[in-house]
Amino acid sequence: MSEFFKIAALVTTASTGIRYATSYLYAAIGETFGQRSGVLNLGVDGIMLLGAFGAYYTTRQTGNLWLAMLVAAVIGLIMGLAMAFVSVTLQAEQGISGIGFYLFGLGMSDLLFQKLVGTPLPIPGFPQIRIPWLSELPVVGQLLFSHSIIVYGAFLLVPITTYVLNRTTIGLKIRSAGENPAAADTLGVSIARVRYGTVMFGSMLAGIGGAALTTELRIFQSNLTAGQGFIAVALVYFGAWRPVGVMYGALLYGLVASTVLQLKTLGVIPRSVSDLATMLPAVITILALVVAVQRERQPAALTKPYQRGG
Amino acid sequence: MKRLSVILVLVFALVAAACASGTSSTTTTASTATTEGTTQAAAEPFKIAMIAPSAINDLAFTQSMYDALLAIQTEMGGESAVQIDYTDNAFVVDDAAAAVRDYADQGYDLVIAHGSQYGSSLQEIAPDYPNTSFAWGTAGDTFGLSNVFAYEAASEEGGYVEGVMAAALSKSGVLGVIGPIEVGDAKRYVDGFVAGATAQNPAIDIKVNYTGSFSDVALAAAAATTEIGQGADVLTGSAQMVTGAVGVAQQDGVLWFGTQADQAQLAPDIVVASQVYEWQVVVDQIISLIKGGTLGGQSFVIDLANGGETIAYNPGYSLSEDTKALAEKTIAGIIDGSIEPPRPAASS
Repeated sequence: MSEFFKIAALVTTASTGIRYATSYLYAAIGETFGQRSGVLNLGVDGIMLLGAFGAYYTTRQTGNLWLAMLVAAVIGLIMGLAMAFVSVTLQAEQGISGIGFYLFGLGMSDLLFQKLVGTPLPIPGFPQIRIPWLSELPVVGQLLFSHSIIVYGAFLLVPITTYVLNRTTIGLKIRSAGENPAAADTLGVSIARVRYGTVMFGSMLAGIGGAALTTELRIFQSNLTAGQGFIAVALVYFGAWRPVGVMYGALLYGLVASTVLQLKTLGVIPRSVSDLATMLPAVITILALVVAVQRERQPAALTKPYQRGG
Repeated sequence: MKRLSVILVLVFALVAAACASGTSSTTTTASTATTEGTTQAAAEPFKIAMIAPSAINDLAFTQSMYDALLAIQTEMGGESAVQIDYTDNAFVVDDAAAAVRDYADQGYDLVIAHGSQYGSSLQEIAPDYPNTSFAWGTAGDTFGLSNVFAYEAASEEGGYVEGVMAAALSKSGVLGVIGPIEVGDAKRYVDGFVAGATAQNPAIDIKVNYTGSFSDVALAAAAATTEIGQGADVLTGSAQMVTGAVGVAQQDGVLWFGTQADQAQLAPDIVVASQVYEWQVVVDQIISLIKGGTLGGQSFVIDLANGGETIAYNPGYSLSEDTKALAEKTIAGIIDGSIEPPRPAASS
């Protein structure tokens, strides 16, 4: 156990946890926008898979990672448009339609992968960027300042989206659409337009999250995300619908996962309880969900389609 | 309007999922979609169906059987002689059971349930179709049924050989293993690997990590990073999630040993060798038995001796002559019985 507390081991654990949390963070921040405006999107995992495949295939064909991210973002936007149409215009039951999108994304990404690529082949990923001077600091240098642009991007999104949600007009519109759409409507806010915007933005981030995953792992295969999208949705609840909270949730999940791995590697967690330990990240997230629901109220209009006149 | 739109969405989702997956999925939980493929055939071909828990291109468990079936098809004369159909990604046992019944109903000659979790379903289904032959793996139990074959891999043998090689090649004296769940085929392989490495170098340090998932690629990558952080310079692992670990190994210049299928394509520079399952050795025998009138009641093992397991060296990695000779010597020792890898306690 003392091995775990050696600086090198702690830094590896924390750094791995941060990288592991990255794709969750993109998807969860995206979902936060949608949920804040009142739309639940359970199809995040399917959209991540489609975005991941799009990025993977683009990289295989062109070798251009930035183009790959763009393709993933566009795929996310298109899926977001479809989801918004189903949730806002058709006013369908959001939980069910979300699952439909998940199944579609799962099956379609797998089908495209089998037809267009056929077998898992590696792709290059984004290089590690060492921020000059800062990355040379002891401990903190490797921990915080030696990641890839994708990881930095996810964490930079947090203050940016917090600012947008809390300090801008569009953020006000989003929040009011989720809290009291009727009142917002009377003040001239187009609920439909706001929700279309947030769902599309959220899906775009989900697509980028999938692309982040595939470029981080440098491979694609069937069901690459293994349910990450659903955890991302849970993280939104955990984070009390605030990007900073979501970031803490993603970090908690990632760090618990990497700590469990480190303890297993060191033999601190014996093989007999190995499977129990695997559950820990999910268990802790569930416990946190229970606490979060008690602490914070969700957006009042979440999952409720809005119709003028009641 | 709202009810109509709900119905429209449900129909859209089901149709989309069905079109994308090829079978109509009747699951109500968010389970993995199943896919189905067909190779066309003309008159009276021998019809084989395969049901498996992961994708046919997973470079691991499922692909090993699919590749074997393709090899048999070529060997026996192509699509007119052997028709192969499959349902992959059937991780949920209920989905798989439905597919097994489906194939049996359609009169397939041989239905292969390629997954140890399918056992209890097969035990229920097989008696209903006495004229259909079923094969179940990896397992050794035929339930005393006359139309069920069982097959398994003595993966501890190839694991032992690769463990010996890994210990010989490791400069840091630390090896890393990324396993899924400590059961079945994965456990046999890992136990063999550990035994082989320890036999080659008693002072070797082996970090064994069962991540708890067969499919979580990101977790496997994190596990590999953790083990490399602890000094491992040679890694191995089992199940389809290892692609994540191989990616990390490639980046950090760490060597990789694969199992179940030839994994050289994942990282042409650092994959040393893979234990390949040549299931056709067993399926060949099963087909002959079926054609001769025996539909089950026997169990088979692929190992180094019968050629069902082979060590495929990666031509892209320059293996030293010494290590290769060591590997060949170990293989010969296992075949003639002078080297005993750890065998599982009781047949599964």
